[in-house]
Amino acid sequence: MRDPFDQLALLDSLALPQEFEGALAVSGWAPLRPGRLEVLQVNLGKLCNMRCRHCHVDAGPDRIAENMDEATVDACIAALDRSGASTVDLTGGAPELHPSFARLVEAAVDRGRHVIDRNNLTVLLLPRFAHLPDWLGERGVEVVASLPHHRARNTDAQRGEGTFARSIEALRRLNAAGYGQGDPRRRLTLMHNPAGAFLPGDQAALEREFRRGLERDQGVTFDRLIALNNMPISRFLDWLVERDNLGPYLERLVAAFNPAAIAGLMCRNTLSVSYQGLLYDCDFNQMLDLPIRRPDGSLPTIHSWSAEELALRPIVTRRHCFGCTAGAGSSCGGATA
Amino acid sequence: MADYYNDKDLPRFGEIAQGSPELARKFFDWYGAVFAEGALTAREKSLIALAVAHAVQCPYCIDAYAKDCLEKGSDLDQMTEAVHVAAAIRGGASLVHGVQMLNHVHKHGM
Repeated sequence: MRDPFDQLALLDSLALPQEFEGALAVSGWAPLRPGRLEVLQVNLGKLCNMRCRHCHVDAGPDRIAENMDEATVDACIAALDRSGASTVDLTGGAPELHPSFARLVEAAVDRGRHVIDRNNLTVLLLPRFAHLPDWLGERGVEVVASLPHHRARNTDAQRGEGTFARSIEALRRLNAAGYGQGDPRRRLTLMHNPAGAFLPGDQAALEREFRRGLERDQGVTFDRLIALNNMPISRFLDWLVERDNLGPYLERLVAAFNPAAIAGLMCRNTLSVSYQGLLYDCDFNQMLDLPIRRPDGSLPTIHSWSAEELALRPIVTRRHCFGCTAGAGSSCGGATA
Repeated sequence: MADYYNDKDLPRFGEIAQGSPELARKFFDWYGAVFAEGALTAREKSLIALAVAHAVQCPYCIDAYAKDCLEKGSDLDQMTEAVHVAAAIRGGASLVHGVQMLNHVHKHGM
């Protein structure tokens, strides 16, 4: 996979009808600045039991070195008290594989925060995580589970052969623990992203399709579905290049630029923390090595930051940001427009 | 004309309004209404459009609705079944004319 610098250079080399900053300016949003901080998103590391074709984190079972240390976990917990963020969003890799996952969840729950576990589903089938659906449910943790499609073909194409069957088994276990049945303390959210170089359809219509398909064919239920665009970075960028799809996909994203999607972008309400404790506007900027910088060029970290300086920062944008403003918009919470 | 079918022409469909803006407006309004979610879902209508695109063998429509079907959440299995429906009707339409052939043979043959 290309390193972040090369990924950005490749995107910059494309002939596009406009730049992201220009599109923001025309829409009256330049420079893009944050709104109220609502979500502290903690990326615990790159370790994962899976290796998916679209993964923007380049996570996998061999990524054992890139994981958050205990001092940084402590700093994230301390940041909860200072930030006022109402939601803690745990991601990775598979965040459950991190040794401090449970400690971080407990700390956030004790502080009355809404906790999101970005769950790849298959991790729940590992014997040591058999307790997890009940454990998460007892703490009111929302499970946001990756399921590209309600049928096997597109799910397995993106996430590996056999993933769909294992994901369905995991969903059954979550249903058995009370998830996906309308209980707000056991909310099961499915996350759809297209299996290819196209944008997702209408989120509400896709939710109906998933609901009907999963209930009829698999007997599983969920509470809501969010649809995300595929970002032209990391492994998905490699795939676009391999299929000679990069130019047309970027042109599609630019053509689908939707000013109405800007207000709800995740970079405006989220602070993203890397496993090293660096701060980013979003998880994608994190993967592209585009950290938040102070005016003097220094880097705030989760150990050393202030809400005031973060509130005043300009959000770091590059061409990949067209991925979040295309169509109905795309954020960690789904469509934004 | 050097090229009868050019994929660059598909996004220029709206230019058809040059000769008659009023008829184009009516067509595109109606077209949009046809594909709106209704008694059939937008995804189901897109699959029907894909099948019809194959029956009328329109490369523009095949490109447009292959993409639209994917975006609306159909997968290759479902899209292939839709194309087979179109092919079955086209094949059946040919074959059922064989009865006309039989009629002729039975009337004029021994």
